[in-house]
Amino acid sequence: MFRNNYDNDSVTFSPQGRIFQVEYASEAVKQGSVVVGIVSKTHAVLAAIKRNAEELSSYQKKIIPIDSHYGIALAGLASDARVLSNFMKQQSLASRLTYDRAIPLSEITLRIADRAQTNTQQYGKRPYGVGLLIAGVDSKGPHLFEFQPSGVTQEMVACGIGARSQMARTYLERHLDSFGGCGREELIKHALRALKESLSQDKELTVDNTSVGIGGIGENFALYEGQDIAEWLDATFENREGGDDEGGDAMETDS
Amino acid sequence: MAAVFSGAPPQGGPGYSFSQTPKAAPSGERQHGFYPYTDNGGSTLGISGATFTILAGDTRSTSGYNINTRCAPKLFKIGGEGPDNKGARIVLSVVGFAADGEALKERLDTIVKMYKYQHGKPMSVSACAQRLSHILYNKRFFPYYVHAILGGLDEDGKGALYSYDPVGSYEREQCRAAGAAASLIMPFLDNQVNFKNQHVPGSGTGHELQARVAVPLPQPAVEGLVRDAFTSAVERHIEVGDELQMMIITRDGVEETYTPLKKD
Amino acid sequence: MNHLPQAWGRPRDDVYGAYDPSHFQNAAPNQHTQSPIVTGTSVVAAKFKDGVVIAADNLASYGSLARFTDVKRLRKFNDEVVVGFGGDVSDMQYLDRLLNSLDIRENYSNTESSLNAKNLHTYLSKVMYKRRSDFNPLWNHLLIAGLDGDAKPFLASADLLGTTFSSPTLATGFGAHLAQPIMRRTIPDEAAVQNVSKDDAISLVKECMKVLFYRDARSMDKYSIAIITKAGVELTEDERLENQSWAFAESIRGYGTQVN
Repeated sequence: MFRNNYDNDSVTFSPQGRIFQVEYASEAVKQGSVVVGIVSKTHAVLAAIKRNAEELSSYQKKIIPIDSHYGIALAGLASDARVLSNFMKQQSLASRLTYDRAIPLSEITLRIADRAQTNTQQYGKRPYGVGLLIAGVDSKGPHLFEFQPSGVTQEMVACGIGARSQMARTYLERHLDSFGGCGREELIKHALRALKESLSQDKELTVDNTSVGIGGIGENFALYEGQDIAEWLDATFENREGGDDEGGDAMETDS
Repeated sequence: MAAVFSGAPPQGGPGYSFSQTPKAAPSGERQHGFYPYTDNGGSTLGISGATFTILAGDTRSTSGYNINTRCAPKLFKIGGEGPDNKGARIVLSVVGFAADGEALKERLDTIVKMYKYQHGKPMSVSACAQRLSHILYNKRFFPYYVHAILGGLDEDGKGALYSYDPVGSYEREQCRAAGAAASLIMPFLDNQVNFKNQHVPGSGTGHELQARVAVPLPQPAVEGLVRDAFTSAVERHIEVGDELQMMIITRDGVEETYTPLKKD
Repeated sequence: MNHLPQAWGRPRDDVYGAYDPSHFQNAAPNQHTQSPIVTGTSVVAAKFKDGVVIAADNLASYGSLARFTDVKRLRKFNDEVVVGFGGDVSDMQYLDRLLNSLDIRENYSNTESSLNAKNLHTYLSKVMYKRRSDFNPLWNHLLIAGLDGDAKPFLASADLLGTTFSSPTLATGFGAHLAQPIMRRTIPDEAAVQNVSKDDAISLVKECMKVLFYRDARSMDKYSIAIITKAGVELTEDERLENQSWAFAESIRGYGTQVN
């Protein structure tokens, strides 16, 4: 029987020039529920689907505000993301303390990328099994960065990662040209619609399973969940069929 | 190596006069080394009420007889969101050595911010107060040379005020004055806030005499006391003046005001 | 031959006596700076409507000896920050190297977002405070002049103890006594800064340099002056006080050499 001999560690290349452990780590990202991020000229938005392991359990955290100017959305191993976010929080506070400066998003992305890379080049280490979207505003305006377990990072205009995120990316690519000029509310709608695209037919976006994070010029990064996003969901999916409990609750709070 | 430079002219400060001939041979132990502290003057005070706490401090910073600046705040919001501490519910005032005060503030602020990040809820004032005590105590062999006062609202919504010495001894109090003019302000506060040396009129003489019982004062009365305390301190202490910074902590948040004091 | 490798290549004990290893370590323990040696005197600076003016003379004194007469004590960090150094000159040169490495690090890591005056002041004050806490102070008083994150004029100081403060006008050393009162007359508070033009500020600072030249014995008439605005940094390092001279002193009885 065929057995792959080149995936026992993350420091050995296969004869084809691949590092299987790193590729497997990327698969872990695809197991995570979908998250999307978009930037305009003034805002950066993250939106995420939260999953609960079972009916009785709480929903897994998908968006983590790190500093007042940015936050992250994660897809993959939440515990790895927690380690990374703790590191990012420390680095952000250190930047505020030593320079009185909000750490530039390119800088913090680079720092976690360097950490992730060492995990792919040292024996006995395991790559992070999580992908991140880093979104917020620094002195150079709004930014969105994508981080992968391989240590690859890219600045994006819009991005989706996680399970079935291809559908979300297709949506984002279709509307790519309109993002730059979008206002805050318009951008949130796009993010929610992109999120909806990658949902299976029988699923809906509800106040329970959706998270939204927004940062903007002159606006601190903030996480919105629960009833705080009801209005956006209603506005985005006006022609949605009724009968959704959460939606009903939202209507009541509105009136 | 030390001996090479020990003959350098600036011995123990600038030599001004001609009569200042070298007193000793260049070798030998140097008496005056580096002293890592200074006093930047100024004064602070805090008073807690039934539903509020007021902290106040002047904004003058001094070095000896020099005024460094007329605008150096001594009151800091702790543990709010972002660099300007939005939504903070705790205020720290520090007076003494300003650089230590700044360092202390930043350490406490970082700790309270990390607490909120890790636990998902803001730190209580009592927890913060104890943590501050530990920070100071841990550095007792090279202390933060400051008198700190921490203010906020406790779990019952009552005004909470904690005062510290430089090595971390702390106590919850109704009122406390610290800094250069503490000895001028504190007796005034004892009398006006805790009604010390006040008696119930006509209650008798000697052992019959009854002390007037202290009750929490209303907010406008306390604001008045703070202003009076500082305008008086400015008159009698050269290191106090320029502006009065006040922070009033209520359940609606922290209200910060600046009002002028005499600049002479 | 000796069986101990440690003894190989050393003078033979039976011929030269026991080997004296004392030169392997220093005779005295390493010492931290206990007092400054070569020093620069005052730095003066004032904010104006759209920037900051900062000046310091080019003299480095060894005690009362005017030792080096062409030492530049203003350092341009980038297009919006200038640092002025008072106090020990060797510590200034150390800080200069530190700022160089910081600048290089910033330019490598970051995409074009450079440190502004506020960032640099925070950084330098942390350096100063760390060194004083290690009982190994950098014996300087620094003024950091430039623009902050909102491109507003920024002026603040940091000293050997890590003490920091900011004010519309600042002066270190003797200047704190002599120049500050003069500058505060025209710029008493932050509000007054708006009424001060660039030319006003320059002539004010130059006036202070003149007073300091006459009343600070450790000063010189050759000085550096920098003006920081949105347009960038104008740094002149060979400015001279015009028509000022101590020559008159000779004719005053009790001041110079007396003939009769």
